[in-house]
Amino acid sequence: MSASRSPSSTPESPPVEPPPTDPPTGGDGGGGLSRRRLFGYAGAGVALAGSGAAIGYAAGASGGGPDRPGVVPFRDTHQAGIVTPAQDRLHFVALDLTTTDKAEVQRLLQKWTTAAERMTAGQEVTENGAVGLNKYAPPTDTGEALGLPAASLTLTIGFGASFFEKLGLQDRMPAALAPLPSFTGDNLDPNRSGGDVCLQACADDPQVAVHAIRNLVRMGFGTASVKWSQLGFGRTSSTSTAQDTPRNLFGFKDGTNNLKAEEPADLDANVWVQPGDGPDWMTGGSYLVARRIRMHIEIWDRTSLDEQEQIVGRSKGEGNPLSGAKEFDVADLAAKGPDGQPAIATDAHIRLASAEAHNGAKMLRRGYNFVDGSDGSGHLDAGLFFLAFVRNPQTQFVPIQRALANKDKMMEYLEHNGSALFAVPPGVRDGEYWGQGLFA
Amino acid sequence: MSRRTPDHRRAGAAVLAAGTALLLAGCTSTAQPPAAQGGGGPIAVNASDTACEVSATEAPAGNISFTVKNTGTKVTEFYLYGTGDRIMGEVENIGPGLSRDLLVEVPDGGSYTTACKPGMVGDGIRAPFTVTGTAQRSTDTNGKLADATAGYTRYVTSQTEALVAKNKEFTDAVKAGNVAQAKALYPVSRTYWERVEPVAESFGDLDPKMDGREDDEREPGVPFTGYHRLEKDLWVDGLQPDSGQIADQLDADVLDLQSRVKSVQLTPVQLANGAKELLDEVATGKITGEEDRYSHTDLWDFKANVEGSQAAIAALRPVIDEKDPNLGPTLDQRFADVEKLLEGYRTPDGGFVLYTQLTPEDTKKMADSVDALAEPVSQVAGVVTS
Repeated sequence: MSASRSPSSTPESPPVEPPPTDPPTGGDGGGGLSRRRLFGYAGAGVALAGSGAAIGYAAGASGGGPDRPGVVPFRDTHQAGIVTPAQDRLHFVALDLTTTDKAEVQRLLQKWTTAAERMTAGQEVTENGAVGLNKYAPPTDTGEALGLPAASLTLTIGFGASFFEKLGLQDRMPAALAPLPSFTGDNLDPNRSGGDVCLQACADDPQVAVHAIRNLVRMGFGTASVKWSQLGFGRTSSTSTAQDTPRNLFGFKDGTNNLKAEEPADLDANVWVQPGDGPDWMTGGSYLVARRIRMHIEIWDRTSLDEQEQIVGRSKGEGNPLSGAKEFDVADLAAKGPDGQPAIATDAHIRLASAEAHNGAKMLRRGYNFVDGSDGSGHLDAGLFFLAFVRNPQTQFVPIQRALANKDKMMEYLEHNGSALFAVPPGVRDGEYWGQGLFA
Repeated sequence: MSRRTPDHRRAGAAVLAAGTALLLAGCTSTAQPPAAQGGGGPIAVNASDTACEVSATEAPAGNISFTVKNTGTKVTEFYLYGTGDRIMGEVENIGPGLSRDLLVEVPDGGSYTTACKPGMVGDGIRAPFTVTGTAQRSTDTNGKLADATAGYTRYVTSQTEALVAKNKEFTDAVKAGNVAQAKALYPVSRTYWERVEPVAESFGDLDPKMDGREDDEREPGVPFTGYHRLEKDLWVDGLQPDSGQIADQLDADVLDLQSRVKSVQLTPVQLANGAKELLDEVATGKITGEEDRYSHTDLWDFKANVEGSQAAIAALRPVIDEKDPNLGPTLDQRFADVEKLLEGYRTPDGGFVLYTQLTPEDTKKMADSVDALAEPVSQVAGVVTS
């Protein structure tokens, strides 16, 4: 049970009674639960606060801290939605600016920040925005999240290289935002790539994530328009030791060896832009690599279990590296099997992607499974929407992806058909708006 | 016609019929003006193909009377605009050699614009026009709202008047078997229909007959008629034995529409919603190429929908300015952006490129600009009722 959005609740005070009119969606989650009953903060099932909260995110498998279960704090040193324990659902959108007017973009960022802070707290876009205002005007909140809890919603913003070019801010553009090279086997669709701005909404309820993006997009009409978007229905990474490792659509556990929120030194080394990395406004920020990776799952499904495991380098059931017995056993890349061959094949995915093979480079992966219907030829348009946060994509993502693209046997079953790179500014402090430092 | 369900259409008609009986003080008409006006007789307008000579550039507030003579070779129009191209008064469809009178009530002094539109396209030949002093008028919001609905009703009346004439030219060409001419006149006739579409559409029985699509569900025995039937004949099937009959029926329906429009009473909310609905039409029917699927003349309809939307918003402008001073300039800018975009798709003869010539990038730009415009337009109903 967790905090619920109310037309007039604030993070500090308990919500008041909803207006007498029932929302037309009847969005009470079924079973006749009143919104009032959903409001209770008591009975919070999250008992996993602990060390996580100290480094600035809400801990727990379903997010949320002890004060506001299900509410991930919006303002902090870093943006939420990066080391926040990966939520179950994603709605990601890339937008292009339709203006070159810097002041107009700043105004939009201010409006977005206000709305994002409210929505992540489980509130409507504006107070009473869905049904409580002038009935002759369109509601300021679209309403589909009425009665739903905050659901650990996080909203994370990033800026693509074209953002700086359009606004004449090239002198503020980080060098790390240089275009990604093309990789062997890439089949990138321009309509699923790039974008001036990205918004990542993650939540434990898909409707809450979609509601957030929908309302932010709406606020952007006239200043920014959607270039592409992606829904993800299930997380493929754990970003906290408190989480189980989920499975991707190949049926394998994914993200066992991921960077975790409980490893602050690793995060500083691999995720957060450090002082001196430059530019200054990015300190405390990160870089987000997004890749839409179509999986040819029908072909994969015809592959023997043994071959699947050899390709990945892990067992499918337990998820142990083929050099060990348990999921979290450290992969021993030097280990030999009974036949004298490497236990983890020389072209196995986990070997090619390992930190050992890349001077210790690691990425915080935060991807999502997707199925976007079918492709018209009887196959599911399914795969992994890969999201990774890194301190420097050029020295972390690029060498790893190059190795995978050239050598990974798994590539036979994959097609990268979307790609984007964004600079993710640091978190917002009181009174600040998203990306404010960039305009200072 | 929108692709709404019949139930929606009926509901729309009912709302309109039940519309609040705002008393609309008759402010302007295109009929014979009463005798001499404050300034001493009508202001003469000499409208040629290249010039728009107005005999006075200033008049006192109150009723201002113009006599517009078309000395050119093209059919022309004359407008008096206020801020944001609010139409204070207009006279349409003045044939070569003809004279028409226009009486406009302008209660507030300030800067206005006169415009002739030879060929009835484009922004027209414009000149500044000053109104001095202030006439007695209602200055409260209710009065302004009444002015708004009255002004828009004038617009609807003048558009349907022009529709009657332009549609006749189109149907005459159909009946004469002149396919090339009929094809050229089809989008012109539709321009006047599309400008006032929400009002026309509110007559739930007329709309399906006049603007229905071939695949609409009809009662058994009810044939596919109206604009799109003739469009299909002209562009796909060739003229059919009953094409002339369909053309006659369309003429009769247009006349029926004209007579019904005279008794329509609109509320400010209906005006504002009509402006929004016209942009909805653009988004769902024109940018998709759905509406004119045989002729692909969708951009003509697009332009007309936007013009109709702008006319409704302009009528409400004094109320908008009173309640939310920031909204008007935003609307001006967004309307201008859409217009600028559309002008980029003009053909040398003053028409538009066909929908089939547009690239996905073109339609994306159009969708972006209509989204950008429709958001502030959707705020107007709330603002004027706040």
